[in-house]
Amino acid sequence: MTVRLVPALLAGTAPSWLGPLLTVLGVLIVVLTIAAGLIWYERRLLSLFQDRYGPNRVGPAGLLQVLADTFKILFKEDWVPPFADKRVFVVAPAIVLMTALLSFMVVPVASGIVVADVNIGLLFVLGMSSLAVYSVVLAGWASHSKYSLVGGLRAAAQMVSYEVFMGLSLVGVVLMAGSFDLSRIVEAQHGLWYVVPQFFGFVVFVVAGFAETRRIPFDIPEADSELVAGYHTEYSGMKFGLFMVGEYVAITLISALIATLFFGGWLGPWLPGLVWFLLKTLLFISFFILTRATFPRPRYDQLMELGWKAMLPLSLVNLLVTGAIVVAHH
Amino acid sequence: MNASKDTSAPADTQAPADGHPPLTTDVVTTGRLARRGQSLTPRVYRTVASTLHGIGVVFAHAFHSRATIQYPEEMVYLPPRYRGRIVLSRDPAGEERCVACYLCSVACPVDCISLQATTDEHGRRYPAWFRINFSRCIFCGFCEEACPTYAIQLTPDVEMSEYDRANMVYEKEDLLISGPGKYHDYDFYRVAGLAIDGKDKGEAEHEAPPRDVRDLLP
Repeated sequence: MTVRLVPALLAGTAPSWLGPLLTVLGVLIVVLTIAAGLIWYERRLLSLFQDRYGPNRVGPAGLLQVLADTFKILFKEDWVPPFADKRVFVVAPAIVLMTALLSFMVVPVASGIVVADVNIGLLFVLGMSSLAVYSVVLAGWASHSKYSLVGGLRAAAQMVSYEVFMGLSLVGVVLMAGSFDLSRIVEAQHGLWYVVPQFFGFVVFVVAGFAETRRIPFDIPEADSELVAGYHTEYSGMKFGLFMVGEYVAITLISALIATLFFGGWLGPWLPGLVWFLLKTLLFISFFILTRATFPRPRYDQLMELGWKAMLPLSLVNLLVTGAIVVAHH
Repeated sequence: MNASKDTSAPADTQAPADGHPPLTTDVVTTGRLARRGQSLTPRVYRTVASTLHGIGVVFAHAFHSRATIQYPEEMVYLPPRYRGRIVLSRDPAGEERCVACYLCSVACPVDCISLQATTDEHGRRYPAWFRINFSRCIFCGFCEEACPTYAIQLTPDVEMSEYDRANMVYEKEDLLISGPGKYHDYDFYRVAGLAIDGKDKGEAEHEAPPRDVRDLLP
């Protein structure tokens, strides 16, 4: 693992550990700010699609609504239900945020700006997103309530099955780039973004991404209309807030991954790389919200049917064809 | 229930002949029947097309005008007959219309109206005090319907929130307005046969002078 120092202004003059530290802090702060801002962004954008305004009273364009809500949620009682398994109950929401934030470690935000330039970055991301299942399952289990338990069970089944072809859909990209390193995958897209040759991989990854982040239309673990709030029914206060922030960090992560893997990451003309990366990420975040505004929640068997009968074969065929072409080229 | 179904036959055979909707409401069976005889390609096409179409429709809504009325700055249109704040109106001469008949108080389903009748020096009945507890009022308008003199009226005003519940109790001076409300020309004493100072029996509008009924005897 090599940790790169980035900001050019610091090069030479600063001690060698300062650059990576600044990158870590920068990524952390920006990601958390974006995640908090997403709550406002999502509510405003949803309102736009639904012909209403959304929060527009607190501060300019309602921007301070997030701050007000954060203060409210921070001052709430830190309540653990007496029937819950206390230790697991407390740890579960931390896992969801932790795994999502750790995944950001390997995402290159611009040429050379990455917290950890791991050569198995993509595997790391997939591993972290698999670990995120634990938070949901443990939350559902520890809550010791029927709604939470059913939500946790659904989450386990859904995320495990969608994980399968989430990984498979990315193998095509890895084959073409010849590396698991996200920076190298981006650099390999100089001529052509992978969304063109890997279109089906892109489609499968987006669908799997929705399922991984438990977003509508795949919000079956939460399923407000059937399960109260699914796995986080018993949560309140900042522990619930962590689930919320974790979900938004996960959305940002999946959007950033789509941008990185299929849309050339920081590559783009005129503007600096960081701006391109943020723009592309924002575009896919908006797509997440547009999808939420559009689709109803499928039934559970429909979800599984789509996963195993449509997405898995599609990703396998995609993998087969990509592999054949790559082999033929060599 | 299973008893009502033909359990010996698989669900597919329950489908009636062409065009008839399936005889079951079970979503799985309905879906399978709807897909029967269709090959994969049109089904995939239809799924993808409808998905994209749905996204397009929702996205197009971003350019529609918004339905929200930004309330404190913009006011909702309340039609003239809207049942809002209750007022006591006056007749065209500027006198109180209310004759303190208690009908509104009786009609009120939540008992929020109370008053005390009295008579002035001209023989006109009027309420000595008149009280509406708006924290109870359900704005049903029954009082307005019961009122024989058009005195009590509901108006299109809903902005009457208070921080203190006691402030929701309106007294007569809060309820009385200076005008005739919805009925500009109506004056109860001018049309009613009741005798008051300055208007004797038979002097009301469209009223014949009183007759001694014994004249009418054959």
